[in-house]
Amino acid sequence: MNAYLVEHKMLIGVLLGIVFGIVARLLMLTTDYRQYPTYPHGRIIHISLGVIAAALGAVAVPALYNKDYTAITFLSLAAQQFRDVRKMERETLTKIDSLELVSRGSTYIEGIAMVFEGRNYLVIMSALMTSLFAIVWNIYLGIAGGILSLLFVRLLKSGKTISHICHSEEAKVRVDGPDLFVGDIYIMNVGLQADQEIIRERGMGFILTPYNPNGKVTISNLGQRQAILYDLSTILGVYRDDGEPALIPMAKLDMKDGRLAVFFLPQEKDMTKALQVINKVPIMEAAVRMPTEASVNKEAPNNG
Amino acid sequence: MAKIIAVVSTQHEKVGGGAPIFIEADETAMQQTAFLLEKILDASAHDLKNGTIVIVNHH
Repeated sequence: MNAYLVEHKMLIGVLLGIVFGIVARLLMLTTDYRQYPTYPHGRIIHISLGVIAAALGAVAVPALYNKDYTAITFLSLAAQQFRDVRKMERETLTKIDSLELVSRGSTYIEGIAMVFEGRNYLVIMSALMTSLFAIVWNIYLGIAGGILSLLFVRLLKSGKTISHICHSEEAKVRVDGPDLFVGDIYIMNVGLQADQEIIRERGMGFILTPYNPNGKVTISNLGQRQAILYDLSTILGVYRDDGEPALIPMAKLDMKDGRLAVFFLPQEKDMTKALQVINKVPIMEAAVRMPTEASVNKEAPNNG
Repeated sequence: MAKIIAVVSTQHEKVGGGAPIFIEADETAMQQTAFLLEKILDASAHDLKNGTIVIVNHH
């Protein structure tokens, strides 16, 4: 058995790399409440691309081992391929987005597309690490390396959520004549009494108070606000239809202190659930700013 | 940019200009006309609190 393993070291290394690469892709491919990638064909596409990525990563080590250095340029081909994946996802999602009652917004779409590209690179890394360990040392270390890379991949998979940057709480929706307020923050002017009545009856309001200046900038980003509205409407349902322009969910900022007021009309009016949903909204990578990291703010005695 | 595409009012002397104007006898009639216009034009009705409602296209 051992002699066989030593004799076919390269083959086993590559196969092991591919297996761990595919496992890594499956681990990172979760279809959650957003139902994206769609089941089954969206998933098939991404699993197939994962297999390709795993194979590319796994063959890089034997290529180097055989002093076939030019073979490494192969990886640049992979990078090109996965940039195309990102483009494909972006285009599909943008097209779908125009037909949603509450749109995702381009920041959310860009975030998803970026994740698809990034995860394929993680698959390459995982396959490369496994095949490296298996070929340079032995198959057992290869398996150990593979498991280690899976743990690493798992660690990188999850991002931060709204609950990390601000405190969210329920706020009263107040309709004062045509003026609509959530707490003390003005949202919009609703002219029709029929709409005012619906809002009084079904409206839900939340106020998000950021913990620090970084959070303030992040939740003031329009893409981040749209992401909050999108997640709320996906999970709780939205009381809205085409041709009802007044019943639109909205998030407005209190410009004085950076609090965000969210106004929303759900199908299912459940405050505890809604607060949980808001707390779990992912933070858009593109919305993150760190003003406290700037040298002018670091040197200041009180940087918030 | 948002654009005013219709004006519904109870105050004949207060309104004028480029958009179609609908003059109604009272508040209830104004609300009804604004309601219909909102659905027909797929544009939001905003109350100016002076007896006039403007229908605004935000798209």
